[in-house]
Amino acid sequence: MTDFLMPKLGADMTQGRLIEWFKKPGERIARGEVIAVVETDKANVDVESWVAGTLEKILIAPGGDWLPVGTPLAVIQTEAGAAVAAPPAFVAPPTAAAPIVAPTAAMPPVVPIPQQPAPRAPSPEAAPVEAGERVRISPIARKRAVDLGVDVAAIKGSGPQGRITLDDVERAARERPAVPPASPAPAADKRQRMRDAIAAAMARSKREIPHYYLATTIEMSKALAWLTETNARLSVTERLLAGVLLVKASALALREVPELNGFWIDGRAQQSEAIHTGVAISLRGGGLVAPAIHDADKLTLPELMQRFTDLVARARAGSLKSSEMTDPTITITSLGERGVEAVYGVIYPPQLALVGFGKVVDRPWAVDGAVGVRPLVTATLSGDHRATDGHRGALYLDALDRLLQEPEKL
Amino acid sequence: MKNEEIKSKVLGLLATVVPELEPAELAPDKSIRDQLDIDSVDFLNLVVGLSKTFGIEIPETDYRHIYTVDSCVAYIAAHAKA
Repeated sequence: MTDFLMPKLGADMTQGRLIEWFKKPGERIARGEVIAVVETDKANVDVESWVAGTLEKILIAPGGDWLPVGTPLAVIQTEAGAAVAAPPAFVAPPTAAAPIVAPTAAMPPVVPIPQQPAPRAPSPEAAPVEAGERVRISPIARKRAVDLGVDVAAIKGSGPQGRITLDDVERAARERPAVPPASPAPAADKRQRMRDAIAAAMARSKREIPHYYLATTIEMSKALAWLTETNARLSVTERLLAGVLLVKASALALREVPELNGFWIDGRAQQSEAIHTGVAISLRGGGLVAPAIHDADKLTLPELMQRFTDLVARARAGSLKSSEMTDPTITITSLGERGVEAVYGVIYPPQLALVGFGKVVDRPWAVDGAVGVRPLVTATLSGDHRATDGHRGALYLDALDRLLQEPEKL
Repeated sequence: MKNEEIKSKVLGLLATVVPELEPAELAPDKSIRDQLDIDSVDFLNLVVGLSKTFGIEIPETDYRHIYTVDSCVAYIAAHAKA
């Protein structure tokens, strides 16, 4: 018998809300099967079970209160003889991503069990958007709202399906009271929770992790020429993005410097054999998530491209899986598309490093004593100095550079 | 196919890439990427959608022609089969 717990889906998660069950008591559960949806401060996440068995009892009904990480949500009757497994990649400490299930005997006292689904509180008239509900608003109207300092959560949209239009935003700006309301609207709470979650993780990172930062300039002539030539042969649905080459090279370089791949747990570095690259994805309403591409070093470039585009789509649709949130062994971020030439990232605890890429820019570059214009990208590494020294970080960036000079081998 | 019909389909495709899009607010002569804050994945999805909808192959070298809604419509009008 095993409790299915409110999972910790990242270093910044302290609580979650059970949104939906995909299983009923008595139904079979396969290992790795998605059995519930949990709302976090950042997204709704499909939560997988890491044990096979039968759903014995549901302890928490959907749509109730926010519950602390570790709260038992259901009881699973595990298959006879089956070991209770932890999520793949690593077993995290209390301060890191926690196992999604744990033996019942080790559990804290169970919270009161509602016999009936807890009724949802009605949303007040003045707050058109409930917490967790997506605000339907055009990007242009959203930008205008930011410019005017208008809270879109407090606007009732006049467009199709309640979509907030530019006119709605400007009207709200004209009609808003001179004094801001004492308490934010529920949807504003949602966005604030995301900011709070990011703040907590980043503050913890900067408080606990002694970062070191390295940067190198990588010539991208060969990589981009190879990409252009390859894409010219492919149909539009098969084309590769330059970012996929960077992810693959970053993953392969970790094989050469594995000390950067893993977690800081219990006061020491724990390398991960698997290389699961977390890719930072910006969300349209603000904020970001960094879910994992599992075994990125083993995937072909077309496979990696497919996984990447799928991950971006699901991250923005709010349908990530719990393993994707808990498994990243390193994070890769790029702000190059926004014109940034170098990004020095903050490590996402308990990971050991973060790789950053800037914009590919054409610059004068000396090769064999001659100066020519070449496409260059600045690659950076943020490393945890408790786990590695700058020397290992430098070897990593050197490997990354070397790998990108042979794109056909990626 | 008339330009207005092409434009309507282009805006429809953009709405699938950016669900929150309000077509009336999109300036047809300004950068699609800048206005909608879309990234390379979104843009590739748009190109795939255009290719399938209009039955045309769009090489990477032509991406610069679908910079704005107007230029996108002109490109498709020139390349799509009648």
